[in-house]
Amino acid sequence: MSHFIDRRLNPKGKSLGNRQRFLRRARAQIREAVQKTLKDATVADVTKERKVKISTKGTREPRFRLAPGAGGEHDFVLPGNKEFVSGDEIKKPRAGEDGGRGKQASDSGDGEDDFEFTMSQDEILDIFFEDLELPNLVRTTLKETPSRTWKRAGITTSGSPTQINLLRTMRNAFGRRLALKRPKPTDIEALEARLDALEHETPQTEESQRKVAALKEKLEKAIARRKWIAFIDPLDVRFNAFSEQPVPTSQAVMFCLMDVSGSMGEREKDLAKRFYVLLHLFLRRRYERVDIVFIRHTHDAQEVDEQEFFHSRQSGGTIVSTALDKMLEIQKERYASADWNIYVAQASDGYTQSGDARRCVEMLNEQIMPLCQYYAYIEILDEREMEVFASEDSGAELWRAYRMVCGQWPNFATKRISKPADIFPVFRELFRKAEAG
Amino acid sequence: MTMRGAPLFTEAEWDFGMLDRVYRAIEEIALGELKLDVYPNQIEVISSEQMLDAYSSLGMPLMYRHWSFGKLFAREEQLYRGGHSGLAYEIVINSNPCISYLLEENTMTMQALVIAHAAFGHNHFFKNNYLFRQWTNAEGILDYLAFAKRYIAACEDRHGRDEVESILDSAHALMDQGVFRYRRPPKPSKERVLEKRRRRTEYAEGSRNELWRTLPAGIEPPGAPPALDPEEDFSSDMKLPEENLLYFLEKHSPALRPWQRELLRIVRNLAQYFYPQRQTKVMNEGCATFAHYTIMNMLYDRGLIGEGSLLEFLHSHTSVVFQPEFNDRRYSGFNPYALGYGMMADIKRICESPTAEDRDWFPQFAGTGDCMATLKDAWANYRDESFIEQFLSPKLIRDFRLFGLHDKAEDPTYRVSAIHDEQGYRRVRSSLARQYDVGIADPNIQITGADLEGDRKLLIEHRAHHGIRLHGPTRELVCAHIERLWGYEVVFREVTEDG
Repeated sequence: MSHFIDRRLNPKGKSLGNRQRFLRRARAQIREAVQKTLKDATVADVTKERKVKISTKGTREPRFRLAPGAGGEHDFVLPGNKEFVSGDEIKKPRAGEDGGRGKQASDSGDGEDDFEFTMSQDEILDIFFEDLELPNLVRTTLKETPSRTWKRAGITTSGSPTQINLLRTMRNAFGRRLALKRPKPTDIEALEARLDALEHETPQTEESQRKVAALKEKLEKAIARRKWIAFIDPLDVRFNAFSEQPVPTSQAVMFCLMDVSGSMGEREKDLAKRFYVLLHLFLRRRYERVDIVFIRHTHDAQEVDEQEFFHSRQSGGTIVSTALDKMLEIQKERYASADWNIYVAQASDGYTQSGDARRCVEMLNEQIMPLCQYYAYIEILDEREMEVFASEDSGAELWRAYRMVCGQWPNFATKRISKPADIFPVFRELFRKAEAG
Repeated sequence: MTMRGAPLFTEAEWDFGMLDRVYRAIEEIALGELKLDVYPNQIEVISSEQMLDAYSSLGMPLMYRHWSFGKLFAREEQLYRGGHSGLAYEIVINSNPCISYLLEENTMTMQALVIAHAAFGHNHFFKNNYLFRQWTNAEGILDYLAFAKRYIAACEDRHGRDEVESILDSAHALMDQGVFRYRRPPKPSKERVLEKRRRRTEYAEGSRNELWRTLPAGIEPPGAPPALDPEEDFSSDMKLPEENLLYFLEKHSPALRPWQRELLRIVRNLAQYFYPQRQTKVMNEGCATFAHYTIMNMLYDRGLIGEGSLLEFLHSHTSVVFQPEFNDRRYSGFNPYALGYGMMADIKRICESPTAEDRDWFPQFAGTGDCMATLKDAWANYRDESFIEQFLSPKLIRDFRLFGLHDKAEDPTYRVSAIHDEQGYRRVRSSLARQYDVGIADPNIQITGADLEGDRKLLIEHRAHHGIRLHGPTRELVCAHIERLWGYEVVFREVTEDG
């Protein structure tokens, strides 16, 4: 009778159902937490697997329990007495102060602290997409891991028989046979012929018999040698090696342009960040390498790091064309259009110095759009403005100017947004192209 | 002592052949020498991920689905991945056959230790202790869980996850008040269980009828299960007061539908199944630890394990029975392994080489020489509270340097009420025993009145022992859960003993 059962190969993820129920239950708190990471994490890292910390509100499991600290009296026993005798008085530790009693303190306190656990990339993306109201098809295409292919990776000594490299194998075998002086079939045939000739020689002298014996011995040795030096030895065999590698796609650079003048508040920046994250997700799926360049501008444009891009403030007027200048400058310097796919994402509240919009249009039409794969512009408004500018055609100067560009270039998209769900339509063209291609 | 053979294993790696040989050697000692009495063993080797799975389903091999288990899993996983806590070397289930899980990462020595500990120590305790014999059904538990899992999944399909979840949430909140502490639950015979199961299945099959799906929500299809039977009558006599809140709500709540009552019943049965384990932590671990210590040493005496293994085992054993002192940073209450093993080893000492003090305190068994008889009697007939009250010796009180404290909430200080001296032994012992009395540690909550004909108010009372009241905010939350299950107003009163 066997007492043992090996369960290790049983299907994993037995508690997946419980996990889904838990995530569903704590949805509100988890969304809050994920949105917080949206603020703290960099554009490229927002959707990586990470720890999230949620409050236990919503996932509390209350039970009746006694609160001995609050009133009444009781006795208890502890181990490790060193100095006390009956009747001694010991000062009570204040809650949470005494390390040794830490656990007890939390047991009698509320005991429901913040709760920390790890969420996978998929789970985070789900929450992120839910906010953006992405169509399902797009969700799955974005989540897809990049396709991989097998590439040659030299020669190995082990592998499957179908991958034997004949040329190498035979070459090795040949070299080994030479080195070990394996007799060739022609050598043996020659010996045999000589032996035959000698044996049929008449008359047989003592001398010729001795020669025959010597030849016979030589022949035997040669045959034996052929036997133990194999024609192909396992040592000779070589296999073609392959390694799995991502399908090589070209590289892309993503320029993030944003107006950081005083009129762009926290809310506007948060919306803009979602916009950039989504574009980055999309680009990462299509391209092997994605560089991000952050350019902020007021009346003057600078390239900055991400931290500064989203968090520092600058005062000054607003001249949008400076950002376009800066972008072109960087592109010429570092991202030759022959090698890089260029994407531009611009976010602004729509204000610019009068007259500047015309210059922007000129630059776009003549210099930028011919270089770009896609240019997405979002104008971030609040709800009230959204109502005022209900029609696509009305709007501030920049908006009207950009609408003109939009008509000319199919890879130019503009959209006004006031909430996360508005962001996705900006990319509609982009995704449609991806699906067709 | 006896002839020394060749060690059964010398390497840390194990395989199933080796496990089998070691199991047989341990079985020979456990049944032949120690005369333990165990359920047949079923030992399963699992991976660390599966161990986490098992943790999150209360250690049971199968369990219905609920978000709280997902939460538990996420927490355990985080602790484990962060290196804050290791995994248990084993989990053992009170069932027949007795299922123990071994972690695949254990070394061969640890596997041997764990087999001795779980498959023989715990197993003997489960099979013989009166609480487990009387209150749990080792034969039926796995079948019952399978039924519960299927039934709850079917309810989710039929009534929606949210509905099922809300009832389970409320039932879980009352789990500690879902056990019979003194009165025996009406226990249906095996026939009745089978019959009921058959009727449940029939009901499930019958209610699959496509037509009933078109009924407006809230209308139960006819033939609602199972027709009332005399054992579970919604009689007008509610036998108040009632300490088992879940039982009362299941039988008498005016708001619940039949399937919801069944959910309460499932949670209640689980609570009752786990109740003996809460009452025997110290004894259970003490018994298992004593068994593995004795068996491993006998394996060594017979030459079946090498010195390397012995040292590895001793290292693990000493860290398991380590008891930090109260002012140690590592202190988090009594370690049941330490106290339990300490008492078992102490009983052995008293039986075999008693001092005058021991003869004074334990005339019944001091010096009898047959420690297994005394131990087995204790394992069978006591729970933590009575076991400590009966068997904790002055020597052990000195070894642990136990001292009693009196805590009055208003005072800024604790008063030391007893230490390990002549005057203090009995006080410390009684005080520690009461600490392990689940009846005192759990709040005494009862349903005292329910006016079904009138306004349907449910009266619940907490009898505060020594003036210790319930934690207010959680009380409110739990009361909200009771209200959900009862459907009408719930009035909660706290009464102190002196009125």
